Parts: sequence; structure tokens; C-alpha cells
Amino acid sequence: MEPWEEEEGPVKKFMYVNRKVPYGTIYALESLEVVLIAAAFDQDVTLVFIDDGVYQLMKGQDTTGIGMKNFSPTYRALEGYDIEKLYVEKESLESRGLTPDDLVVDVEVKTRSELADLMEEQDVVLSF
Amino acid sequence: MKLSVMINEGPYQHQAADSAYQFTKAALEKGHEIFRVFFYHDGVNVATRFGVPPQDDRNITVLWSELAKEHNLDLVVCVAAAQRRGILDADEAKRHGKDGNNIAPGFRISGLGQLIEAGIQSDRLVVFGD
Repeated sequence: MEPWEEEEGPVKKFMYVNRKVPYGTIYALESLEVVLIAAAFDQDVTLVFIDDGVYQLMKGQDTTGIGMKNFSPTYRALEGYDIEKLYVEKESLESRGLTPDDLVVDVEVKTRSELADLMEEQDVVLSF
Repeated sequence: MKLSVMINEGPYQHQAADSAYQFTKAALEKGHEIFRVFFYHDGVNVATRFGVPPQDDRNITVLWSELAKEHNLDLVVCVAAAQRRGILDADEAKRHGKDGNNIAPGFRISGLGQLIEAGIQSDRLVVFGD
């Protein structure tokens, strides 16, 4: 192997599960920071939004009143990092009266049981 | 088995750092390898050596430092999370013009890449938090 050829490392399935509202606690923001770093590692990355985590993707977030940065535009940049598997739980959307049209990015809606199957396939699950 | 551990909640406020410690200790006693322990979110606060819990309480930071020394553990604190919360080593303190550092023995500050690498290299990544 020539020195300029990089050795192919192992590829694992990483799933990031986002469960919490975007503001109020730092979990959502710091989860996004992990995902952006993870993108550099050429792993198989899946993002899932369940429970109040679906609010992270809401259109029209306005944080001027709470003195925090609105980081929702960053989700739109994920595609540029080759992170394209974004799944939102159907039950979580419906129970909050939301549809995919309310979200800042294109997502695939999956049922709770479909997500459970997907979770089963993962090597690493990080839940925020 | 090769294991890594992630701690996502602050000490004393939450039991995550205690449970992770008990888990790590038990895993080592059973002969498992601990590839890395990664501190994130408020978990980075475990790494301050300035905590002074009451004398009849456990000192979570000291417990981790001692375990790290005994088993040569790699205790990694996320730099981005640490900077926000004022956890600094000597280099970071100098770089940001702060008048001191507070990192405890056995801990080192590094990037989130260390967490991803732990996920790749370990058979299991065990997460403690909410």
C-alpha cells in the first residue's frame, strides 16, 4: 500500500437518538456537535428524532426572546456532511399535531416498531 | 470484552458518574478491558479537582482518579463541553488567558473524535445518563 492510500477502517452503524426539546437543556445542541464530528469518521450514521426531539426540527424557531442561538439551520447542513438518514417517529409527530411539512429538513417518517427494528441493527446507539 | 464508557451527567446532581464508576470497576474485576471513559455534557464536571464534598460523602473525582491510576484508564473529557463549563488543563488555561486550571489527575482533555473512535474500537459503548 502506498503512503497516500488510506487504510479502510472498520465501518460501524452509529445511531443518534434525539429525544429532547431544542432549548431548555443543552442535550440537543451537544448532540448535534457529536453528529458533526462523527461525520468525519466515515461511519454509517443514522439520526432519529423521537418524543420531544421532533421539536428540534421545527420550522420557524425564534430564540430572540431567550438569549440563545437558534441552531436549527444546522440540520439543513447535515446533507453536506453526507448525513442523509434522518428518521422521525410517526407517533411522536402525530401526538404533537405535527406533519413533515412543519420540519426544516426532509425526513423519512417511521413507526415506533420500524425504529425499534432499525435500532436493533445498530452497533452503537447514542441517546440524547 | 473491550468496553468503553460514556458519562453524560454531572456528579452529585445525578447518579450517572457513580453508576459508571461502579460498572467500570466491576468490569475490570471481571477481566474486561476498558478502552476509554468519555465525559460529555455536564459529565465533564467530574474532572474538576476543586470539588470539596462533605467528609462523610464519596469524592467522585478522586474515585475516578484512583481507578485510572490503578488500571491505567484513559479518562477523556470533551474539550468543547469542558470549555463551556470552565474545565481547563494548563494548556487550555494558557490558550484562553485564564488564571488557573482545575483538571484532576488522570483526566485529559480531547475532542469528540475520541468518543467516535471509542465506539468504533470497542465491542460495547455503555452510556450513563438521562
